[in-house]
Amino acid sequence: MTRLIVTSIGPASSVQDGGRHGAQRYGLTPSGAMDRLALAAANTLLDNTPFAAAVEIGPFGAAFTARDGGVRVALSGAARSADIAGRPVAFDSSMTIPEGETLNLGFAKGGAFSYLAIEGGITGDPMFGSLAVNARAGLGSPYQRPLQAGDELPAKAASGAPERRIELPQATGEPIRVLFGPQDDEFADEAKQLFLASEWKISPTSDRMGYRLEGPVIKHLHGHNIVSDGTVDGSIQIPGNGTPIVLMPDRGTTGGYPKIATVISADIGRLAQTTAGTGFRFKAIGMAEAQMEAKKFAQLLRSLPDRLRAIESVELNLEALHDANVAGHAVSAVDAETWHPPV
Amino acid sequence: MEATLRPPRLLPSGDSAITVEFSQHIDDAANQRVLALDRAMTAAPIAGVTETVPTYRSLLVHYDPCRIEFESLSEKLLALAKIPASPNARTKHWRVPVAYGGENGIDLEDVAKTLNTTLEEIVARHVAGDYRVAMIGFTPGWSYLSGLEKLLHMPRRQNPRILTPPGTISIGGVQTGIQCLAGPSGWHLIGRTPMRTYQLHREPIFLLEPGDRITFFAIDEKSFAEQDKAAERGELVAELMSS
Repeated sequence: MTRLIVTSIGPASSVQDGGRHGAQRYGLTPSGAMDRLALAAANTLLDNTPFAAAVEIGPFGAAFTARDGGVRVALSGAARSADIAGRPVAFDSSMTIPEGETLNLGFAKGGAFSYLAIEGGITGDPMFGSLAVNARAGLGSPYQRPLQAGDELPAKAASGAPERRIELPQATGEPIRVLFGPQDDEFADEAKQLFLASEWKISPTSDRMGYRLEGPVIKHLHGHNIVSDGTVDGSIQIPGNGTPIVLMPDRGTTGGYPKIATVISADIGRLAQTTAGTGFRFKAIGMAEAQMEAKKFAQLLRSLPDRLRAIESVELNLEALHDANVAGHAVSAVDAETWHPPV
Repeated sequence: MEATLRPPRLLPSGDSAITVEFSQHIDDAANQRVLALDRAMTAAPIAGVTETVPTYRSLLVHYDPCRIEFESLSEKLLALAKIPASPNARTKHWRVPVAYGGENGIDLEDVAKTLNTTLEEIVARHVAGDYRVAMIGFTPGWSYLSGLEKLLHMPRRQNPRILTPPGTISIGGVQTGIQCLAGPSGWHLIGRTPMRTYQLHREPIFLLEPGDRITFFAIDEKSFAEQDKAAERGELVAELMSS
């Protein structure tokens, strides 16, 4: 049977999809891709459903070998050097790994997570509608843990369909937009101003549960314990030491620290792709604007098939694609100028 | 009880969730209203709402902003929250076996010392309690119970433990809890249950629902070992009462 062998892989690499929804009331975290746009782009390149299961590759290098047949794949997310048996290949495009050959990926550049989609999507036994890995809960398929060298991912024989690239909005470096709340009344106006006025960096101790931020201490008005309540992707908790933690898809479903603000859903992927040590700022917006951005992001996801382009000349396009990759696509997905409405 | 009649605060949790907050404290009346609102939303689903997460004092309502907007959902939630809390006919009552003390509850002696009483007294009081699942959260199946009698209240440990055993029954502050998976905890470990609140490949995967009634009964270490094996095979172990 045709399959893709994980010949080498670093930490923080796992099978992810759109996540596991509906059981947060039982303490089951949603999991799912850190950068949903990149996952959807990789899947769209192969005519998979947007949130089909794919390999989320952490910051380190990785290699995948096609066995018992060629395997058609697509790459998106944080750019890396990439080649198949020494021939360079581009991100944000599909490609076929011939039988026995290896796709080699370098370290992530200008982002943290890349996505390798497989034609037909990774198949397995979904639990609560998802193949995403949740090691603590023993969930995930085909593996209930992050990927390791030697793992095998089932694939279908490459279709031979023409390879394509996808045009994604360019990265902008705009601030990460937040809505204040739900517990912003636990903070004085000065603390909220400091939160917005400061430059923040992602701590290297961050993971899929939460991004710890480095920057000034944000003081609480009434101490750091609240009675636990529900969390969402993007909740910005302020624990006792005053340094914010942005909760990510492997978060606990409830938490007992005050949440000063919440990253808007359209910007979570962009935050997820912010590398440790890169300075960024937050910007507060209102509910109406945040919900408009959520709608624009949904429209961007729906428009992905319209952004596919034929690869006419491999040599000509490689250079252009390489340039696009260097810019990365930790995008402002909602940049009006680059947003194409769906047909 | 007039506090329970106040309308809840609707706090935005980003663009895709609202925290419906009935209280800022651990408050039984507020928890009843949380669970009543949760039931009302199950009985008459609001289009665009994707998931609800009840906690002690608030209901987190996840929604799709492409299908319903904040203002419109807020109005519907405020209207539903006016419905008075009523007992849920479908609430289950579970009798849960617990092996107290020894290796299964390494903090029981400390708890007895701190509360200036005997191990037997702590166990007797803990099994005499009538508890309710106020919320499930943190990790899969971690059930926070309300109804711990005042004499057993005890502040959490100064230094949380990194790893505590699966099935641990513990006391933290004014609460007692049933933990399912091994994991960190800052609570006092008084016993272990062979019951799995979360078990894959068993129907149901999650045994307890927020609002369920819980009572405990003591078992010895030998029974624990036997029932632990039975639970591993997929048996419920806990007794479902016909009330």
